[in-house]
Amino acid sequence: MTASNREVSLGMPQLPAPAYPADVLARLEADAKEVIARYPDSRSALLPLLHLVQSEEGFVSRTGMAFCADQLGLTTAEVTAVATFYTMYRRRPSGDYQVGVCTNTLCAVMGGDAIFDRLKEHLGVGDDGSDMTTDDGKVTLEHIECNAACDFAPVVMVNWEFFDNQTPESATRIVDDLIAGRTVEPTRGAPLCTYKETARILAGFPDARPGAVEASGGAGAASLIGLKLAKGEAVPQARVVGPRGEAPRERPQKGAEHLSSHDAPQQTSASDPEHPAGPAAEEGE
Amino acid sequence: MTLAAEIGKNGTSPEKLLAPVLSSFWDEPESWTLDTYHRHDGYEGLRKALAMSPDDLIAYVKDSGLRGRGGAGFPTGMKWQFIPQGDGKPHYLVVNADESEPGTCKDIPLLFANPHSLIEGIVIACYAIRSSHAFIYLRGEVVPVLRRLHEAVREAYEAGYLGTNVLGSGLDLTLTVHAGAGAYICGEETALLDSLEGRRGQPRLRPPFPAVAGLYACPTVVNNVESIASVPAILNRGKDWFKSMGSEKSPGFTLYSLSGHVTSPGQYEAPLGITLRQLLDMSGGMRAGHRLKFWTPGGSSTPMFTEEHLDVPLDYEGVGAAGSMLGTKALQCFDETTCVVRAVTRWTEFYAHESCGKCTPCREGTYWLVQLLRAIESGDGVPSDLDKLNDIADNINGKSFCALGDGAASPIFSSLKYFREEYEQHITGKGCPFDPARSTLWADDKDDKNAHRGVNA
Repeated sequence: MTASNREVSLGMPQLPAPAYPADVLARLEADAKEVIARYPDSRSALLPLLHLVQSEEGFVSRTGMAFCADQLGLTTAEVTAVATFYTMYRRRPSGDYQVGVCTNTLCAVMGGDAIFDRLKEHLGVGDDGSDMTTDDGKVTLEHIECNAACDFAPVVMVNWEFFDNQTPESATRIVDDLIAGRTVEPTRGAPLCTYKETARILAGFPDARPGAVEASGGAGAASLIGLKLAKGEAVPQARVVGPRGEAPRERPQKGAEHLSSHDAPQQTSASDPEHPAGPAAEEGE
Repeated sequence: MTLAAEIGKNGTSPEKLLAPVLSSFWDEPESWTLDTYHRHDGYEGLRKALAMSPDDLIAYVKDSGLRGRGGAGFPTGMKWQFIPQGDGKPHYLVVNADESEPGTCKDIPLLFANPHSLIEGIVIACYAIRSSHAFIYLRGEVVPVLRRLHEAVREAYEAGYLGTNVLGSGLDLTLTVHAGAGAYICGEETALLDSLEGRRGQPRLRPPFPAVAGLYACPTVVNNVESIASVPAILNRGKDWFKSMGSEKSPGFTLYSLSGHVTSPGQYEAPLGITLRQLLDMSGGMRAGHRLKFWTPGGSSTPMFTEEHLDVPLDYEGVGAAGSMLGTKALQCFDETTCVVRAVTRWTEFYAHESCGKCTPCREGTYWLVQLLRAIESGDGVPSDLDKLNDIADNINGKSFCALGDGAASPIFSSLKYFREEYEQHITGKGCPFDPARSTLWADDKDDKNAHRGVNA
């Protein structure tokens, strides 16, 4: 901790956080009442209320935490303990659009690390420990953990909407569009709203925008692969021939890649005794 | 010739090997709506359940042999049976939709495409355990799914499947959708309950188990999304139909999630006991020109497998006998371009980041594992580090309140078992011999523009 960290005061205890302006307070109190009514025990409303104050300011401020404490009859210490435990609560003002690149193992290996590096360079953020938010306050770049979309790897989440099968180039286009103020639509999810508006949905207030629920249609392509195979529908571009038993760390054989350019059956491990079966090559087993 | 026909000749026809139930109409436009669900026998299972007595219903689900799909595989009906009846306390059903285990990606697409199967299952379960308030604890980072859940719950209230006197049965049921706020540990059922009570998500010491003292210290059933969503089909089509799939101890259908360096990553719903070889065979195998190196049967917390385990039946017993766990059936496949040390380091960083800090072995142990692994990966390791890794993992495994610690130890143990040489290479060679660029989705684009995008292009 350094003295430059605004949240830490050395010496005198911090003064109580300023309250919300009266009109904001009245509005938030009405919302809070609705949230609390969903639970048998009021304290259960704490996580949604923290999302709610985040929807007001874009982060969880001391004012926001004091508001939650007031509403639920908790101490600010109890609220702070919870707010600091969960990664979705921001502790300082950040960008309108949070661009989270999955860099957990599978996405990282499939390209998430490269995407993150490219975005960091492209946005010019995070050098020498500086803030991860662009100077115009539009975009905050983050590492995120596995977001339950591994069959769409590498995955980028913007304000917690899915951008599937990304590349450094496609991710760069997304942030450029966000900074230019163009409409950006996710692979799965609704056209992007701001981080504050997203936080309100997380507080349990349904997205009222027309078309938001049905946006981007049904299941994503990868979700349907098993179903299509089971129905006897060909999976586009899928290859019958599995991996061949090449020695590890050799370049793949050129031309062996995809079925659509080869009508004739390709060489398989069954027809290639020199190379024992790869994982998926044992036809006629 | 279609792909299916091609494979059919070899006796591994996907039509025979797969069994879409929950996913059977995901390809319909607006698959998530109540209208679509009704067209596919939606809420028929509920009608049959309501015609039974709650105790008979619990016995029926128990007889079906349905086991938890969230990782541990505990019999669902037995969990319901543990709820004390006539105790005068409120009972709660809490659905664990905090899907966060690395590699796991089944509940989120299920809820995105077919949320009503979960809601129907919830109503059935609440009728069985005599609960009038259920919660869906959805991880917060999936707003598109939250939208569809909000909408599906609204539709279900409007249609009388939720609210007072559900379908004239006398059951009153409130369903609350609760969005989490980013914490892997909240997928652990007691941490989830603490989180739902508005606290830091830290696991509780058991006993008492949630069935006795769960949410607000009242009897509580915590079930995974897929477990509950599987119940309506069992009621509607019968337990014998369910038991006709899978094995005696692992009956039924389930969602397998194939990901990584495969031609066709995605969801494959099949009877329990299918093998990875069968799944790869029908779906185009590993990406062309590459071969499988290591894979997880059920997320990063389950000990990794290699090529030699391709024929392990993917059910609870089969995977267990081979030294791992079925877990969440998250089949993450990595090919020979992938550095196992890099993969394990990243997973371990995840566990260190997500350790809630309650238990010393996990909190401190994951921290030191990361230091050692980073040193090895960057070429600063020494030979004794390998035994030290094993020793630290051994001091975490089984020595913390919850399974996060065990999960952190799994990749360490299993990778040292199968790939010790590769660790040694990093130490003797003073660095990583792999080129990460070769592992990416677009790695082979230079050779063939269309290759390796598969169906995702």
